[in-house]
Amino acid sequence: MSRRTRLLVFLVGGGVLAAAFVVGVLGIPGFGGSEHRYRDLAVPAAVAHRTANAVAAVNFDQRAIDTFGEETILIASTLGAVALLRPSREETVRRPPDLGHTLESTRLIGYVLMPLTLVLGTDVVAHGGITPGGGFQGGVVLATGLHLLYVTGSYPALDRLRPLLPFRTAEALGAAAFGVVGALALIGTGTFLGNALPYGSLGQIFSTGTVQVLNLVVGIEVFGSMVVLLAAFFEQEISVRKQDEEAR
Amino acid sequence: MNVLAYLIAGYLVLLGAYGIVRSQHLVHAVVCLSITQSGTYVLLLAVGYQRSASAPVFGSTTKPNLHVVDPVVQAMTLTDIVVSATVTALLLALSVQINKRHGTVDPDELIALRG
Amino acid sequence: MNALVALCLVLPALAATAVVLTRDPERQAVTLSVFGMLLCLLLLVLQAPDVALSELGIGTAIVPLMVMLTIRTIDKDRRTRKSGEGTDKDGDS
Repeated sequence: MSRRTRLLVFLVGGGVLAAAFVVGVLGIPGFGGSEHRYRDLAVPAAVAHRTANAVAAVNFDQRAIDTFGEETILIASTLGAVALLRPSREETVRRPPDLGHTLESTRLIGYVLMPLTLVLGTDVVAHGGITPGGGFQGGVVLATGLHLLYVTGSYPALDRLRPLLPFRTAEALGAAAFGVVGALALIGTGTFLGNALPYGSLGQIFSTGTVQVLNLVVGIEVFGSMVVLLAAFFEQEISVRKQDEEAR
Repeated sequence: MNVLAYLIAGYLVLLGAYGIVRSQHLVHAVVCLSITQSGTYVLLLAVGYQRSASAPVFGSTTKPNLHVVDPVVQAMTLTDIVVSATVTALLLALSVQINKRHGTVDPDELIALRG
Repeated sequence: MNALVALCLVLPALAATAVVLTRDPERQAVTLSVFGMLLCLLLLVLQAPDVALSELGIGTAIVPLMVMLTIRTIDKDRRTRKSGEGTDKDGDS
């Protein structure tokens, strides 16, 4: 199919879709309306389980099976991407060169901000049940914080501070632990991924039951997964060279 | 202008699809796919929004009440954002391998390579 | 409708148009990062702080970084392939 034909087909299809979408959108309740049936059911259920962050309650308590599926997608895609980026037989992995010149101020900011961001990320994960945050967000903040070392210009430093085996193990253990917690909850409450631990009062860090545990587990998994993924991309870009190029 | 948010979401989805159709570089297509996904996030959150309501997080200053936006759509969206990043990574890794095997990342040329 | 919400809706749409119309993927990484920040702003205005947090980390930092690394890998591979084409021994394409 030539480019022009493709564009024509898209214009026809896209036009029909746009028209149907506009007709559909004119029929649903307006933006900013006050009729939200799911909210009327979800928020009281979250408060009944003493979870101050209703979004975390929906994610890890009311619809935890969906989150189980999502984090399985996470680990499967990471596995696929790392397998695709693994150096093949005709490639070698050479020691990364310590090149480049970064400004002193950039390096200072990187060195100062890295521990701060790691602490902030741990805080976001730990308080996921009671403030905005949680495992997914905190894991991403942690991974970004670790890679501030790369911003300071020194890839060998990042390489040394980031041994890959612990992160791969953390990712796999995090994914498995979600299922294990769910199975234990099955023994405790009779439903897979039910909320099995005792509740406290609203707004305390350990008041939410299994939501807290699942938050931690998902945070570990997302952190490990992002670091492993970025490591595969870095390795391809910086270290991998074809074998005949080494001989040249 | 009650429907502006929904129209913007639809615009983002179609814009991303247009970008994929007219793309001449696989990585450009992957980035446009990311735009399409963002359009769906905007649609989900626009459905859950209530004017002058607050975020669905309670604490010492906000007693639990029902005058908040919908937490269910927010929960769906936030896991989706993180997971779609890894799927994007998978697609980018595929592009790297395609470039190694076929020497090109132009979708038009890739169709012509067979066997 | 609130003027702030309307503004925060239109800005990501403009940024997304810039992303799609940028042909060079290396430049797209930067515009994608800007789009991520504007989308995060929209999510904040729509009273979704959890979603805004994850979009900030992913859309501003992680995905543009992966895109840049992919582009550099592909370009580097193309360069070595081009410079090695003249000295290829067995005549494969």
